[in-house]
Amino acid sequence: MNTAAIINHGLCNIDSIARAVEECGGSPLITDQPHDLEKANRIILPGVGAFPDAMGRLREQSLDEAMQEQVVGKGIPFLGICLGMQLLGTKSWEMGETAGLGWIEGEVGRIEPYLEDTRVPHIGWNEVCFTDEQPLFKGINSGQDFYFVHSYHLCPRDEGNVSARTPYGRGIVSAVQREQIFGVQFHPEKSQRAGFQVLKNFMSL
Amino acid sequence: MPTKIRIMPTLLFKDFGLVKGIGFDSWRRVGSAVQAIKVYNMRQVDELVFLDITATPDRRPPDFDTVDELADECFMPLTVGGGVRSVADVQRLLQVGADKVAINTAASENPQLIQQAAQLFGSQCVVVSIDARRHEDGSYEVCTHSGTRATGKTPVALAKEVEALGAGEILLTPICRDGTMEGYDIELTRSVSEAVSIPVIASGGAGSYEDMAQVLSEGKVTAVAAASIFHFTQQTPMGAKHYLAGRGFKVRL
Repeated sequence: MNTAAIINHGLCNIDSIARAVEECGGSPLITDQPHDLEKANRIILPGVGAFPDAMGRLREQSLDEAMQEQVVGKGIPFLGICLGMQLLGTKSWEMGETAGLGWIEGEVGRIEPYLEDTRVPHIGWNEVCFTDEQPLFKGINSGQDFYFVHSYHLCPRDEGNVSARTPYGRGIVSAVQREQIFGVQFHPEKSQRAGFQVLKNFMSL
Repeated sequence: MPTKIRIMPTLLFKDFGLVKGIGFDSWRRVGSAVQAIKVYNMRQVDELVFLDITATPDRRPPDFDTVDELADECFMPLTVGGGVRSVADVQRLLQVGADKVAINTAASENPQLIQQAAQLFGSQCVVVSIDARRHEDGSYEVCTHSGTRATGKTPVALAKEVEALGAGEILLTPICRDGTMEGYDIELTRSVSEAVSIPVIASGGAGSYEDMAQVLSEGKVTAVAAASIFHFTQQTPMGAKHYLAGRGFKVRL
């Protein structure tokens, strides 16, 4: 059974992700200890909250270095969820400029309203669209609805890192990938069957 | 493009179980919360609202243990409210499994809480719940403490104020419609929704799928909350979505 370390940076709901990982046949290890990451062969970085605060907490506890070592150094599969995906970026403009993990080149900005019916935050179910076959979306059709709740989004610089898009505002990138590093802007743990399929796919990579 | 329409069952919690009343009064027991959540899981409900309606009047904090138990069973987005007075309350509710936290009385008494919570946890999880009473002259007034205390403020003014402070969503309930199943208050809903650029959830008064269609189109919202219609009639969230899809609304089926 694969063990997924779920990084607990103190601000968010870890239980539902842990429960979802269990339901998907994995073993969750909730932790805020850098050395625990060595015990896992998957790392999940969830996230609710503001970018500067979350990044600050990762740095304070040296979790950024530990993740760097495991994910970039040893190639362990990584999944960032919501803010966890945004943290992959080079930097964010949420409440001033803050550097991110920098594993995916790109900046995090506020969702730009396009038409008057684009409300921010983007809250609710929306379509996730992709064209090529994506390891994370195996068994899922393009256009499937997932649950979103966010005001900011990551704009990757390299089109090659974009794995899915969602039609909201001027369009948002709803999933990214660079090698075994994945990020999803939606919440798989709250997206019912399709969400669990994404987690299953991640756990069985 | 906007998101899909959201149909959100509301569970009202009082003492040890779920209740539903009329006009914020005449409460009837409607069963166990865990049972309700399990049923809604199976039915792939869009989102759930869980409000502890006696916490603030009884001057007690949210019942974190109960929310923890419920959230563990809840595989859909969950908004939790009732008795939220501090940043610590918000944080603990998020930690035990709420995806969003609804703040009602404290939003009027201590608006700084909205700002602090939005800065720490992000606007997307800060819902301000506004209960409004309609006066005979047609004006509306915000009431707190489960509808028992008038504030002298209009819902539109409060909605704009909390939006500026960082609230991410508004749950809007006209007290006189609550539990009547006579339809949503279109006028109130539309006035608040047009005054802000954050999402507004219409609540209170749903008696039929047609009521939902009406508030979605004329009330200018993309989310509707409802309780009595799901507790006391054969109508279901999925039934509502099929009906709305037939009427041309974008729903998740």
